[in-house]
Amino acid sequence: MEGFDFSVIGDNLPFLWKGMQMTLLLTALAMSGGIIIGTLLALARLSSFKPLSMASAAYVNFFRSLPLILVIFWFYFLVPLVVGRPVGGFYSVLVAFTLFEAAYYSEIIRAGISSVRSGQAAAAKALGMTYTQTMRYIVLPQAFRAMIPILLTQAIILFQDTSLVYVVGLHDFLVSAEIVANRDQRLVEMYSFVAIVYLVLCFTASIGVRSLQRKVQK
Amino acid sequence: MITFENVSKWYGDFQVLKDCTTSVARNEVVVVCGPSGSGKSTLIKCANALEPYQAGKIEVDGIDFGDPKTDLPKLRARIGMVFQSFELFPHLSVVDNIAIAQVKVLERDATDARDRALALLDRVGLKEHAEKFPAQLSGGQQQRVAIARGLAMDPVAMLFDEPTSALDPEMINEVLDVMVELAQEGMTMMVVTHEMGFARKVADRVIFMDEGQIIEDAAKDDFFGSPRSDRAQSFLSKILSH
Repeated sequence: MEGFDFSVIGDNLPFLWKGMQMTLLLTALAMSGGIIIGTLLALARLSSFKPLSMASAAYVNFFRSLPLILVIFWFYFLVPLVVGRPVGGFYSVLVAFTLFEAAYYSEIIRAGISSVRSGQAAAAKALGMTYTQTMRYIVLPQAFRAMIPILLTQAIILFQDTSLVYVVGLHDFLVSAEIVANRDQRLVEMYSFVAIVYLVLCFTASIGVRSLQRKVQK
Repeated sequence: MITFENVSKWYGDFQVLKDCTTSVARNEVVVVCGPSGSGKSTLIKCANALEPYQAGKIEVDGIDFGDPKTDLPKLRARIGMVFQSFELFPHLSVVDNIAIAQVKVLERDATDARDRALALLDRVGLKEHAEKFPAQLSGGQQQRVAIARGLAMDPVAMLFDEPTSALDPEMINEVLDVMVELAQEGMTMMVVTHEMGFARKVADRVIFMDEGQIIEDAAKDDFFGSPRSDRAQSFLSKILSH
């Protein structure tokens, strides 16, 4: 067996960086979209209008019962059927990730909203604020402040989960590394490198989350 | 200004308000007292529709709360409300607590709202705390900010729901002083409180409630002189003896 040659990493850095950009882009977009839709789902779930809260609960339970990879496959084949033309791997996984994450985010956000004392909403209403104003200016800012650490933890999970895009042939960080590994026959070096990068990024992020948590709890 | 006509309210099978009829006239100060669980806080929350009621009629300034055409947020904006637990917004500075509804609800210019907030803070003696956050203030200070927040909306009436019950004894007076001043300026006020000293000083009328009913609704001097009902008498003797 030949010795290890880690120069393969340096030589292919620009290519790997492109893959990482795809991973980060997917994470950021799915996270933002997931939080926006998740907030709406959480508000619907907390609504006193029964059909709305039931529809939201059904959505959340449905997506939380499915494996993410199934959802990805599903949208890869389904979205083109709905739109009537091929949309490519990127948009279909983006939709899949966003809708899937929204189900998880909505549960986090619902807990966050419920943690805000009911007197806060009463005080906002007493000042003449409408429901939307009460949520936007008073309840949600407090809820999100308390939720930031958990939302970021969920983002770290999402960051790892984006590696599933290999099933639709998107070149994210892992797939790019795999391409290099197979082409240059440097499997051990490349896969070790991938593991270290994920480890360092996720570990640093979770330390950040923990210190943030301490700050928020103060 | 505020009229209650045969107002009844149930929580499930439990009737919290039984056929309550009373009113608060313009420039009048009405104190509502009674044992805990008597429905007094519920009654005052009905007066700005924070609590729904199932029967009867409540009107503020001639506008019926029960009318589906009534714009509830708009009507609520005209009535100030002070809560037992202050309910300042913890994520906003003191001055922003007072300014936010002026800007978002009354659509005042942000600078005007801020100037007004600072003037009101000055009035309740807290101008130097404008940029602090609620958690940095004492309970009495927070409640004074809450009163300023209500006043900033130029309300036609102010409602107080046990404004001093959550305060340490040494802070009660600083809040009562602000309320006395308000009353003396002619503000229409409905105040749920056990502070009988306050009632004696500024109330025009005192309402005594028990078990969801208005038992006694009398001019101040009549109430303190000789309450007609036994229940009010025994309540008064208990509350005045300490």
